[in-house]
Amino acid sequence: VAHLNSPQIVSSRKDFADSFTLARYLATGGYEGLKKALTMFPEQVAAEVDAASLLGRGGAGFPAGRKWSMLRKSAISYLVVNGDESEPATFKDHYLVERDPHQLVEGVIIAAYALQVSRAFIFLRGEFALGLERVTQAVNDAYEHGALGKKVFGSDFSIDIVVHPGAGAYICGEETSLIEALEGKRGFPRIKPPFFPAVTGLYGEPTVVNNVETMSNLPWIVTNGGAAFAALGAGRSTGTRLFALAGRVKNPGVYEIEMVKNTFRDIIYDPALGGGIIGDKPVKAIIPGGVSAPWFGPDQLDLPLGQDEVGAQGSMLGSGSIVVMDEDSCVVRAAWRITKFFSRESCGQCTPCREGSGWLERILYRLEHGGGRSEDMDLLLDLSDNIAPGLTWPPQQTTICVLGSSIPSSIHSAISLFRDDFVAHVDHGSCPHG
Amino acid sequence: MSHLRTELRQRAEEIVALYPSRRSAMLPLLHLAQEQDGYLTDEAMAEVAELTGTTPAEVRGTASFYDMFHLEPVGRYVVGVCTNIACLLRGGEELLAHASSVLGCAVGGTSDDGLFTLEETECLADCNIAPVVQVNHRYVRTTTPEAFDGLIEDLRAGRLEHDVPPHGTLIRVRRSGGLRAEAAEIAAERASAREARAAREQ
Repeated sequence: VAHLNSPQIVSSRKDFADSFTLARYLATGGYEGLKKALTMFPEQVAAEVDAASLLGRGGAGFPAGRKWSMLRKSAISYLVVNGDESEPATFKDHYLVERDPHQLVEGVIIAAYALQVSRAFIFLRGEFALGLERVTQAVNDAYEHGALGKKVFGSDFSIDIVVHPGAGAYICGEETSLIEALEGKRGFPRIKPPFFPAVTGLYGEPTVVNNVETMSNLPWIVTNGGAAFAALGAGRSTGTRLFALAGRVKNPGVYEIEMVKNTFRDIIYDPALGGGIIGDKPVKAIIPGGVSAPWFGPDQLDLPLGQDEVGAQGSMLGSGSIVVMDEDSCVVRAAWRITKFFSRESCGQCTPCREGSGWLERILYRLEHGGGRSEDMDLLLDLSDNIAPGLTWPPQQTTICVLGSSIPSSIHSAISLFRDDFVAHVDHGSCPHG
Repeated sequence: MSHLRTELRQRAEEIVALYPSRRSAMLPLLHLAQEQDGYLTDEAMAEVAELTGTTPAEVRGTASFYDMFHLEPVGRYVVGVCTNIACLLRGGEELLAHASSVLGCAVGGTSDDGLFTLEETECLADCNIAPVVQVNHRYVRTTTPEAFDGLIEDLRAGRLEHDVPPHGTLIRVRRSGGLRAEAAEIAAERASAREARAAREQ
């Protein structure tokens, strides 16, 4: 039975049709966290976030407080919010920007105060037309309300927020690529080192890049205290998390549940959550954490939804997405489609990624559509090994960013878990599912 | 002589003023240029170059990286159907094939009447209502062939003018005013906050 009695931290307004308006936000405790933060010293606000042990909600799961502490001291520094949500089957930031834009804006102002940065940018995926309109409206309303701009709520703290639209490129979710896009360039990830924008970021200045959901947690953390947040979940995975459940479940959707206290089985089968599989068929495979993550078979259904718990089994909680395949889903087709995505979205800077993704995609295409060969599975693994040597988890990198090393995940998983399905494709001459 | 019409030119200049570096306005200005012309014309890219302090070649080279920018004319309605993993598992490929047959154009092509351009998209982050269809980056939430046909009829009849503005118009909510706090003011505030903190830590 799913554990559903934890507070709704970032989705508390989900039942209000006007959840995105300033009026509803103020009627439901909006901007109280910011007012409280302004009565504290900036380092005390940062200490609460540290005490919350809030792990970044973008995908890498890096502790937000630690990221903040790395910000190089400088006269000019920036806060950039990563709202480029493009990891396939991830749609929780989409929910937050459209349905609770003021919560995001308040979180950004709190973070800007704690970090004492000079200016904040909210980078939103260009395809979020409505989200861009809602966040722009929220920023306008926040200025009008005195929560943003000169002397926030009469304090000695001034801050501006600029909403910046992306233009359609998965790679811009990678923080250094996002910074390049924000500088008006092609979204090419930057060469590392320097590894952290906190040292050298936007315009070469120290920059904190945080995810939308990470920011959206801050009003609650400041209002209720970091300890209250850390009391939820278990181990390193504290608080709640938005999970985006998709694929062959009866009720796909965004669900906020307490970390670690629930399992894949809970979120997939609980009537208040996924509600089970369409047609009550058995689960064939789960992709946790976005398509960059290795897959699980049904034997992992009872694994708790926690960062370290999933990590220990060789995958990741990643972007908070969970894709469910049932026994009728074609795993070869799924791996082909995911690889096609990577091939299309590779920025083209590094040869293993640019060329490798295309080769892998064409081999998977022939297995699925006709002309697959019995040696193709080993060929796929050999090529994958050239991109991410050893096919380990976490993967070894041969490229500037982790897009390259993410490409083998689905291929390696599909062949390891379902080699018989590949053999059936070779024997049949194409996909046996038709 | 500005290629951008007066109102858009004024908005463009307001956008440039929001950034510490003019070039940062590149993506928002390219969206504005598409708002006027539906795609990126050479004249518009030359003007964006002037506004951002770059060359037309740099503008084109940047624009061509991003899927949302079109360097060739497109239909009034750009219809995107997702076939990535979550949509694949819920009939995305079948819906894309249906869209192609209803619109009478191949994927990537434009219908004979010039009204529709069809695209196969990557994940659009709305996977709970899959397969996902966007028209001009507005979620239209038509997951069945029948609903898709109704959508196309409504668009043809002009019944969705408010919900789906012409291609290129992305953000209809305009930012109210520029930056409120000057960089010098912020610098002074931060400096005194740093001093206060240093005093606390002693």
